[in-house]
Amino acid sequence: MAIVFKKPHALTDAPFHYCPGCTHGICHRLVAEVLDELGIEGNAIGVAPVGCAVMAYDYFNCDMQEAAHGRAPAVATGIKRVHPDKVVFTYQGDGDLAAIGTAETVHSAARGENITIIFINNTIYGMTGGQMAPTTLPGQVTQTSPYGRDIKTQGNPIRISEMLSTLDGPSYIARVALDTVPNIKKAKAAIKKAFQNQIDGKGFSLVEVLSTCPTNWGLSPAEAIKRLQKDMIPYYPLGVYKDIDDENK
Amino acid sequence: MSEKVLMKGNEAIGEAAIRSGCRHFFGYPITPQTELSAYMAKKMPKIGGVFLQAESEVAAINMVYGAAGAGARAMTSSSSPGISLKSEGISYIAGADLPCVIVDIVRGGPGLGGIQPAQSDYFQVTKGGGHGDYHLIVYAPNSVQEIVSLTADAFNKSEEYRVPAMILGDGTLGQMMEPVDFDSVPEPITTNKDWATTGTGLKREHNIINSLYLSPEALEKTIIERQKRYDIIKEKEQRYEAHDIEDADIVVTAYGTTSRVVESAVKTLREEGLKVGVIRPITLWPFPVKVFAEAANTAKAFLSVEMSMGQMVEDVKIAVNGKAPVYFFGRTGGIIPTPQEIIEEVRKIAGGLK
Repeated sequence: MAIVFKKPHALTDAPFHYCPGCTHGICHRLVAEVLDELGIEGNAIGVAPVGCAVMAYDYFNCDMQEAAHGRAPAVATGIKRVHPDKVVFTYQGDGDLAAIGTAETVHSAARGENITIIFINNTIYGMTGGQMAPTTLPGQVTQTSPYGRDIKTQGNPIRISEMLSTLDGPSYIARVALDTVPNIKKAKAAIKKAFQNQIDGKGFSLVEVLSTCPTNWGLSPAEAIKRLQKDMIPYYPLGVYKDIDDENK
Repeated sequence: MSEKVLMKGNEAIGEAAIRSGCRHFFGYPITPQTELSAYMAKKMPKIGGVFLQAESEVAAINMVYGAAGAGARAMTSSSSPGISLKSEGISYIAGADLPCVIVDIVRGGPGLGGIQPAQSDYFQVTKGGGHGDYHLIVYAPNSVQEIVSLTADAFNKSEEYRVPAMILGDGTLGQMMEPVDFDSVPEPITTNKDWATTGTGLKREHNIINSLYLSPEALEKTIIERQKRYDIIKEKEQRYEAHDIEDADIVVTAYGTTSRVVESAVKTLREEGLKVGVIRPITLWPFPVKVFAEAANTAKAFLSVEMSMGQMVEDVKIAVNGKAPVYFFGRTGGIIPTPQEIIEEVRKIAGGLK
């Protein structure tokens, strides 16, 4: 019988612990498909974050290191400097990358560290039960912004892709979303480019992936996708924010 | 004949590390360890190594985590406030059973404290610092020559036991120049690092460097397994230097820079006819309890001299176990005790013994 659809080799058989409707599963699959298609699983070393994706080390079939909260880009830097010929990537959420790990994120980007970062932005801390994230939208209700995020007292969200694209170090910064089939295809293309850039020695690449958290948003999976489209994309516009290939044209 | 060169303590750590096979150094500037980073920045690019100035001590120690997890001999260095910042990463390194060497050139604290030599971080480096049941192997050299041999030992022992090791110095030791030779640097041992993240090559199961165990049973199992290694270290790796303790009424103990002042004081005291011996711990963890326990069978009193308000003295008390009184004398805040102060302290104790 012909196989028309199968699990990527770069994913293990461990069952995902993610909630129903969470888009981490899609994003894991996209990363794994890219590892397969580029033939780099055996050459790849991943770094898992602290947050919902903490156990990504059990899901990806390549060698993995589990980092302290926010420190994945520093850990990846250490690995990459030991094995410059290997493909090193991190997979981080918004609390991890854009709050506690801001310094590590910005400076690995500024160094142009030749690593790939997959950044999940779902505007909330998922693992700890739905607290305000650095990316939580103005007015958004979370456990720690129960009256809606008040920018006067709780500050403004951070647009990581825009911010990092002002640096000279990065080679590729893009924001994608996992809301529709065409967008998922675009997300995969961006992730693939972010890995290909590293293989080609072009330096730091980051793909910001707008994702859903139905559980902590208090929405059904379908409603969560609608919120991503209605509230998140206008605040976090999709697109390529930096691409040295374009600049070199 | 071996060739001696005049070197600062901080630079000697760097050269010894390089000769011990360290090719990955991740630093962040802080006084008084800066010469070490500067030495590595100068040397590493010439020998195919990596010197990277991180954005913070936190990032530097996590780079060490990554590099050590990837199988390299990695090092970072700092001084007291920076070690506080690194303590998170040190805990993770200990929890993931990664070998590495951390250098702490201690300065006065708490807070920003000062930049002069101190020993007020004894508790931090021997009792934890970071969270969880873990230990570092802590070496406390007292000369630039000993810095060289202990740096090499730190790398080898750290790999042998998969326990992070620390070189604990202070501003005096780091900054002073003494003649050293590097002939004593042993060959780096090679251990089987089949646990490291080097890429599976699709030829083996994936390796995972990790300290997370959500099942309490699984976590307890890893802690107990690690404790067994700690027990072996405590049995086999206690190091010290001692003299004149067989006939000593009073045993004076000190480590690092302070031990050199103690030696000078004890020389005078023995010339006066006082029976004074010396125990100098070389490993602070494991603490050399055996030699103290033995000396406690004959000595009438112990005196711990430290550049702190009294930290190592607690371990001396545990080791002496009530067999003799244990006294403490210390200066702190960046002040080194003088020989005269120590002489007077010992005379006071001797007076009480009569």
